[in-house]
Amino acid sequence: MKYAGLLVMPAGFFLSIAALVLFSDPAPRAAFVFCGLAVEALGLGVSVRGHMDERGASRS
Amino acid sequence: MNPASLALPELTEAVFALGFVLLLLAPLALAGLALTNTGLGRSRSAAQALLGSLIVAAVAAIVFFVVGAAFTGSAGGASHIFHLAGKPWNWLGAAPWLLGGLSGAPPYGQLAFLFEFLAVAMAAMIPWGSGADRLRLAAGCAIAALLSAVFFPLLAHWVWAGGWLAQLGVNFSLGAGFLDPGGAATVHLLGGFSALVVVWTTGSRKGKFPKEGFSTAMPGHNAVYVLFGCLLALVGWLAWNAAGALLWLHAPLSALPVVVVNTLLSAAGALAATFAVTRIRFGKPDASLCANGWLAGLVASSACAAVVEPLPALFIGIIAGLLTPLLVEVLELAVSIDDPSGAISVHAVGGLWGLFAVGLFAPRPGQLLAQLVGIAALLGLILPLLYLLFWLLNRVVAFRADPDGERIGMDLHELGGGAYPEFVLHRDDSYR
Repeated sequence: MKYAGLLVMPAGFFLSIAALVLFSDPAPRAAFVFCGLAVEALGLGVSVRGHMDERGASRS
Repeated sequence: MNPASLALPELTEAVFALGFVLLLLAPLALAGLALTNTGLGRSRSAAQALLGSLIVAAVAAIVFFVVGAAFTGSAGGASHIFHLAGKPWNWLGAAPWLLGGLSGAPPYGQLAFLFEFLAVAMAAMIPWGSGADRLRLAAGCAIAALLSAVFFPLLAHWVWAGGWLAQLGVNFSLGAGFLDPGGAATVHLLGGFSALVVVWTTGSRKGKFPKEGFSTAMPGHNAVYVLFGCLLALVGWLAWNAAGALLWLHAPLSALPVVVVNTLLSAAGALAATFAVTRIRFGKPDASLCANGWLAGLVASSACAAVVEPLPALFIGIIAGLLTPLLVEVLELAVSIDDPSGAISVHAVGGLWGLFAVGLFAPRPGQLLAQLVGIAALLGLILPLLYLLFWLLNRVVAFRADPDGERIGMDLHELGGGAYPEFVLHRDDSYR
């Protein structure tokens, strides 16, 4: 689960870069960049959740 | 490889001298951070923690000299550029190896490299603090080498040396491009993300999260070190932010007092907020959390002190100070992250907030989007890459000390002697 989250995060980065390349109008560009950040936040959340599950399984 | 179109600005002798003096004071920020991290760890690992800070900074400086400086490059110097959608994407420096030609470089370039030497040392020291009490010295050195050979040069080039983030304003009309004059991204966010990955890779200290019940409190062993480190860090940070404004924003000398005031206001607001939160939350103010709040305010000021007005700087500090104690608690109790120095809350989140706040309060249109694109690059590209390379590095150089070493303390295990040989050591109740 941690790895899945980490793999999702670059997708958010490329979404943000695509916003710069594809749009010159500020509104859709900003929307795309926000979407990219949301995807990254989702990936980080999944990674953190994966870490919590691992910790729960290996408490010493 | 193409020469970048940026030209290095001319520096008068007076400005050069001031920049040089500021950069001679800036290492106090490193000293403060090292002392704070040592105080936040346990007494049986204190000597290893402080020696580790020194050796990590030394390795970072050497590797940056050998490899990193060439990839960092300088504004106006040679760099690797590709073209996409009709725009140049300047992604890597191509300066001479081993700082070739530094003595004949323009004064601006010489000061820039000096700034970067200090910055890379600071970035490498941040994850060292998070791995306290279980991270081996060899692993700390390997991490420092990786950061200063790969990650720091990439970011420093993108942000400070005319890279694609710095050029967002020119190429995509996004404000003045990604702004980070004090290293909130290149130093603190990189260090904070590295700290997160070190904690993920190394695991928690033995006994920190027992099978039953809440996490075990493992308070820092010397609050005086922690708080005195904060005072030292302040002096270094004032010089650091002023030097960053001179070098990366080409601020006039008349702007520097405001930069210093903003730094102080941000730290003061953060400390006051953390003091109030911990006073309300626990009935008494918590010294180590207040220290973390102070540092978070300084980290946030790294992004914003040279860009915003004093009132927003105070507000930015207050928010950083509110976030820090809450995040430290959430990360430990809810997310099971054992971060003895609080680096993830202080450096990663403080840096993120500072960079975002620059976009909120800077007067240029499009600046917020430029800051968000920079944050997206760090979160979406640098963090996963850090995890991948640290995971591989851990296969080569084991990060974590063996259980026996962790039990007797890193001082005895790695150095053969303790930091306080005349002290009586008490039984450790956390090993249940």
